[in-house]
Amino acid sequence: METITENKLTPKDYASEMEVKWCPGCGDYSILKQVQTVFPDLGIPKENFAFISGIGCSSRFTYYMDTYGMHSIHGRAAAIASGVKAANPDLSVWIVSGDGDALSIGGNHFIHLMRKNFDVNYLVFNNQIYSLTKGQYSPTSERGKVTKSSPYGSIEEPFNPSELALGAKASFVARTLDRDPKHMQAILKRAHAHKGTSFVEVYQNCPVFNDTAFFAFSDKETKKEEAIIVEHGKPLIFGQNEEKGIKFEGLTPVIVNINETGISPNDLWIHDEKDKTKANILSRFFDTTQSDDMFPRPFGIIYANERPIYDENLVAQIDNVTAKKGKTPLNKILSGEKTWSIN
Amino acid sequence: METVEKKAGKTTEVREADRVVVRFSGDSGDGMQLTGMQFSDTAALLGNDISTFPDYPSEIRAPIGTVAGVSGFQVHFGSKEIFTSGDEYDVLVAMNAAALKVDLPKLKKGGFIIANTAGFDKKNLGLAQYPEGVNPLEDNSLTNYTVLQVDVTRLTKEALADSGLGTKEIERSKNMFVLGVLFWMFDKPVEPTIKFIEEKFSKKPEVALANEKTLRAGWIYGENTEIFTTQFKVSAAKLPAGEYRSITGNHATAIGLIAAAEKSGLPLFLGSYPITPATDILHELSKYKANGVKTLQAEDEIAGICSAIGASYAGNLAITTTSGPGMALKTEALGLATMLEIPLVVVNVQRGGPSTGLPTKTEQSDLLMAMHGRHGEAPLPVIAASSPSDCFDMAYEACRIAVEHMTPVILLTDGYIANGSEPWLFPSEDKLANISVKFLDKINSDNGVLLPYKRNEKLVRPWIKPGTKGLEHRIGGLEKQNETGNVSYDAKNHETMTKLRAAKIEKIADFIPLAKPDSGKEKAKVLVLGWGSTAGSIKMVVREMIAEGADVAHVHLKYINPFPKNLGELLKGYDKVLIPEMNCGQLLQLIRSKYMVPAIGFSKVQGLPFTTSELKEKINELLVTK
Repeated sequence: METITENKLTPKDYASEMEVKWCPGCGDYSILKQVQTVFPDLGIPKENFAFISGIGCSSRFTYYMDTYGMHSIHGRAAAIASGVKAANPDLSVWIVSGDGDALSIGGNHFIHLMRKNFDVNYLVFNNQIYSLTKGQYSPTSERGKVTKSSPYGSIEEPFNPSELALGAKASFVARTLDRDPKHMQAILKRAHAHKGTSFVEVYQNCPVFNDTAFFAFSDKETKKEEAIIVEHGKPLIFGQNEEKGIKFEGLTPVIVNINETGISPNDLWIHDEKDKTKANILSRFFDTTQSDDMFPRPFGIIYANERPIYDENLVAQIDNVTAKKGKTPLNKILSGEKTWSIN
Repeated sequence: METVEKKAGKTTEVREADRVVVRFSGDSGDGMQLTGMQFSDTAALLGNDISTFPDYPSEIRAPIGTVAGVSGFQVHFGSKEIFTSGDEYDVLVAMNAAALKVDLPKLKKGGFIIANTAGFDKKNLGLAQYPEGVNPLEDNSLTNYTVLQVDVTRLTKEALADSGLGTKEIERSKNMFVLGVLFWMFDKPVEPTIKFIEEKFSKKPEVALANEKTLRAGWIYGENTEIFTTQFKVSAAKLPAGEYRSITGNHATAIGLIAAAEKSGLPLFLGSYPITPATDILHELSKYKANGVKTLQAEDEIAGICSAIGASYAGNLAITTTSGPGMALKTEALGLATMLEIPLVVVNVQRGGPSTGLPTKTEQSDLLMAMHGRHGEAPLPVIAASSPSDCFDMAYEACRIAVEHMTPVILLTDGYIANGSEPWLFPSEDKLANISVKFLDKINSDNGVLLPYKRNEKLVRPWIKPGTKGLEHRIGGLEKQNETGNVSYDAKNHETMTKLRAAKIEKIADFIPLAKPDSGKEKAKVLVLGWGSTAGSIKMVVREMIAEGADVAHVHLKYINPFPKNLGELLKGYDKVLIPEMNCGQLLQLIRSKYMVPAIGFSKVQGLPFTTSELKEKINELLVTK
């Protein structure tokens, strides 16, 4: 047997010839770089990747990847991707979208994709603002947000994307950050490995219309207080000196000082990706104003638990019915069951 | 022709008739659709030509006994060719007072009414809003008709007295009694229906037996009772020889799509959201899993078309099916498909609009939306089916045009032909036209650069499937540079691309049949120019009038964008062009603006097809005026 040895591709092989045209300092650059960095390691032939994006700054992503790609229409990437995956389950399908594209105009497709659980990866670049239309509040903008369309402050409550995804029965929910490349790479790999819809929310800085929105979660001085990295099987610990832990009192999470209480890490909340109840509670660590008794924003895989996959079941059902009934010859379909002759 | 004959035992007159129209009318829960279908199938099996028209309310179960809940099924059958479901009926089956009230106006003078007397009790009369104390069966208001009163409810109960079934189940069998009576009346056998019953209730033998018993009881009742003194004999029609089946438009559309998939070698994908009256296509295609058909019931109309766009991009023969309100929702995505230049078939089973409109009634009012309902310059092929069985041909054509010309195609049918049925001289597989599909599998330029928008002599770009090694590329809704497909905002390029996309659609005219008269000659005083489901009525009237010596012809358009190449020339052969449409003059606008001919419109927007008499009157009006 002939074995074909191919040179392993490099991140550069995934960069298209198109000039990248995001604003200087945009968080999208980092996301593009991390995707291009991990792709050679995913073990998928390059021609089997398909990127489907909607409309918005994020959705230009498709043009910059040297893979198959479709830059589609506003909000519909998830619906188009479902058709791509149903038609050809061998493709590795990646949806790229933003907070407006996925959660506002595309909200219906977002929830139903999660529910149906197609085996695709759904990256939502959340910058909490509409950027391509030059600065209006988005469905993830905080209440009171002053923008061009809300000069006196937004009066809307924002979506919490991970809570929404869990409510829509997502089988994989993760959050990462443009300014933490290593973390993002790890999450991207896990998203790819997960069978089913992998929803990855990426906090992405928009330097023009919503600068520093997430800096609290990445700046050295604040990140240890404001953010918590959750990892499967590990206790929830955060704080400047890792002195704070989260534990349960009944079903209520409470923050405890490990040093003061002398509590053992084993008695803290141990993160379990497969525990939906805990994931629901974790996803609700979401308040935007920080104070002493506020919980830190979780990053990492909030929930991952495989369940039946739409495209697999579609194929399996076809195989089962075919095995049972056999293919109907076209002439039989044309004639139907009941015919009569006229001479 | 009418002959009278006596039968032994009972005096029965046997009338021979060329054509008969029967209207089954009852409450939504009375099983009139099934009864009508069984009657029609039997007539077709015995060689009659038929045309059916299910006419039902949009409420699934309107309050029992009310006018709103009346469900009708009309069948026109004969020993001659039948093109319409009939203007008026010869026989009206009225299961209750409301049914009589709704459907009496279209019963021919001298026609028969078979009335279920149990449906004319005080309660039913009240529900049908007859004035207190008025019963049309008793007040001599029906003297122009022959009224046959049958207590169907009681007779069914008696027939099933020892069946052990409950009142509810017995009640449900009463349509079979009526069907039995009708079979006797039209001298048709009960056996095909018994076979149907046995198959339908194979898991409930007691119900099968009860239905069979009731059906036979109805037949025997007709044979033995003195009130039934007339029997009709409708001989087999002289249809072209061959093998026939009965088919509705939606069913024909579904198998047309399957046939196109099999012949092109492409997997079939349907992305669809349920909507009346298009849903049966989704139902039908969903049955064909064993033929690899993938159906995705989408979360909304937009996802229906978008999933189909995704599937087409991935190399499937992709379809989305809908009706007016859904069509409106799909328009933005249609623009994307136009820009991507990928094959896609959009079936719009038209219904009365705008908005929710008349969901279960027919109309042809989406033609201009199909032509123009997209933002930007986005011309698309638009084709239309003219009868239930023609839905097969046009669905097949839609697929052929879509894949051979790399474009979304809109197929227009409507509620009338979608739900109506007729006998179909179905083709065999080898008689179907070839559909040629070729995916690009290597770089298509001399300098090693992929050109996704390089066009062939038909101005068609290559279809490139993700998964093809070495051809990775990006496409999208943004304007593209000619040939390379790269994003381009260049002013001149946009104009070039806009014109190329339009020219590609125009070019399809070279690959469709020329227009020719269906009836009449290429020169006449009046041309009746139709499209879509009006074909049957127009054909019937025009043929009749030609036989009477009128100088009239009929051309029926199946290809509306582009029009057949010779249409402008053909139209010049006629002094007057009459365009009857179930809208306010949409084809009229297209014909007038394209060919500058003073065509005359004839519009009807009542949710109902044209009657032959109203068409005839209009044509006569044009024939006598200068």
